[in-house]
Amino acid sequence: MKENMKIIANRQIAKDIYELTLAGSLVQRMRTPGQFVHMKVANSGPLLRRPLSLCDINQEANECTIIYRAEGAGTTLLSQKLPGDTVDVLGPLGNGFSVSALSSGQRALLVGGGIGVPPLYELAKQLVKKGVFVTIVLGFQTKDVVFYEERFASFGETYVATVDGSYGMKGFVTDVIHHHRLSFHVLYACGPKPMLRALANEFPHQDVYLSLEERMGCGIGACFACVCRVPHSETAYKKVCSDGPVFRAGEVVL
Amino acid sequence: MNRLAVELPGLSLKNPIMPASGCFGFGREYAKFYDLSVLGAIMIKATTLEARFGNPTPRVAETPSGMLNAIGLQNPGVDRVINEELPWLAQYDVPIIANVAGSTVEEYVEVARRISKAPNVHALELNISCPNVKKGGIAFGTVPEVAAELTRAVKEVSDVPVYVKLSPNVTNIVAMARAVEQAGADGLTMINTLLGMRIDVKTAKPILANRTGGLSGPAIKPIAIRMIYEVSQAVSIPIIGMGGIESAEDVIEFFYAGASAVAIGTANFIDPYVCPNIIRDLPNVLDELRIDHISQCTGRGWNNGQTVYCGT
Repeated sequence: MKENMKIIANRQIAKDIYELTLAGSLVQRMRTPGQFVHMKVANSGPLLRRPLSLCDINQEANECTIIYRAEGAGTTLLSQKLPGDTVDVLGPLGNGFSVSALSSGQRALLVGGGIGVPPLYELAKQLVKKGVFVTIVLGFQTKDVVFYEERFASFGETYVATVDGSYGMKGFVTDVIHHHRLSFHVLYACGPKPMLRALANEFPHQDVYLSLEERMGCGIGACFACVCRVPHSETAYKKVCSDGPVFRAGEVVL
Repeated sequence: MNRLAVELPGLSLKNPIMPASGCFGFGREYAKFYDLSVLGAIMIKATTLEARFGNPTPRVAETPSGMLNAIGLQNPGVDRVINEELPWLAQYDVPIIANVAGSTVEEYVEVARRISKAPNVHALELNISCPNVKKGGIAFGTVPEVAAELTRAVKEVSDVPVYVKLSPNVTNIVAMARAVEQAGADGLTMINTLLGMRIDVKTAKPILANRTGGLSGPAIKPIAIRMIYEVSQAVSIPIIGMGGIESAEDVIEFFYAGASAVAIGTANFIDPYVCPNIIRDLPNVLDELRIDHISQCTGRGWNNGQTVYCGT
């Protein structure tokens, strides 16, 4: 469950956005899109691990890819790591997207916002392999931080929106869905909470899976840092790290 | 001879290493990583009379060499702990120390009375030092008379020895320690977290939803060492030490300060295997120091090698 994984590549692909490829035997345990790893970037410096979702799993090559935004102390330190360096990885952790919710010939809508986009890549890959038709909607703040548009386009129709209109359609992912009247059997989403809330409200009677983000301590369910409420209860809860991070819409209070 | 075995009131420990309360849940998560029977004991998550959801999120924030938490004593309530968590833990050969919390003396007493009857609960840890709840917790841990009164009340109903968990958020921790010792405490556990805070530079708002939280991790280790050093010279009951322990060397340092056993907290979040690793490393460190038995380390920092508390 824990390994010093070797960095194969660590390159910038958009403003502050990095694509990290890791090699190690832990990859053989990675199966489900939407799962994450908990990474200790260095022995000195930040104390806690960083939860980072899996973007691509390549079991033949024993490699996985993670896309992260260099934002705080930990991820900035990570962005300075070079091929050949190692990072301490715990995982894979959490419950990912249910690929079995769909069968061949059905339609999936994948919606990602910002740094919530990466886990949808492995999901799209696995769905397409299964014969599911995927449509992808990616939302970003601005043109500078757009990534993976072409790679998603190889799996299905891909739309991009930016909040400031500097690339693709101006507006939010929900604007794209309305404008193109996109329909689906199952919707999968990962991104900021307002986006997830908007999607859950938009499609209250459909099959919607949402991946949540929350500040974590342990990443394995022991510390109770990342809990969220369950509807209609004062004390019931789910832990984002170990019950999620993917939940069905309505399962937890957003 | 088991050179790590330690005898404390109510506790025959195969080694002096136990996960600290609130950092290990009720053990289920860590049982996926290793056999919990290797542990000296387990301090389970604080238990109150009724279930509690705790504080809103964010509940954690990183700090230099530490972290702040404001979980707020989230737990399923004493009856569910007794009926679900403790029976599950009974499959392991490990004594349980039950952390007891409450908002009133009556609540502490009722939780203590019920949970001390569970067969695998070998001791209680009286939580008078949680900084993250509005009522109870630390309110009982900063005035010696109040802490003593609560200790007496809990001692009266408890079927097992009572350890009192001291808060570092006081001006005179020795006075607190003496007060609970005189009130009948069988041991002390120390230290709980230090009250702290972080503010987001971009938003100018506190990072924790609760605004303040408890600081833990290596950052507080020197404070814990100093306080154990002072308290262990002032009382004659044993101390289970905690506060930023990450390695077998840290354990020795706590023993030298005056601890008779130790608990590992925040380090579990960084490395789930930290407790078994420390247990594995301890004999090697004792060899390097030419010490036969871990108990010989207790108080060496101030007593020139005389054994202070070696149990019965």
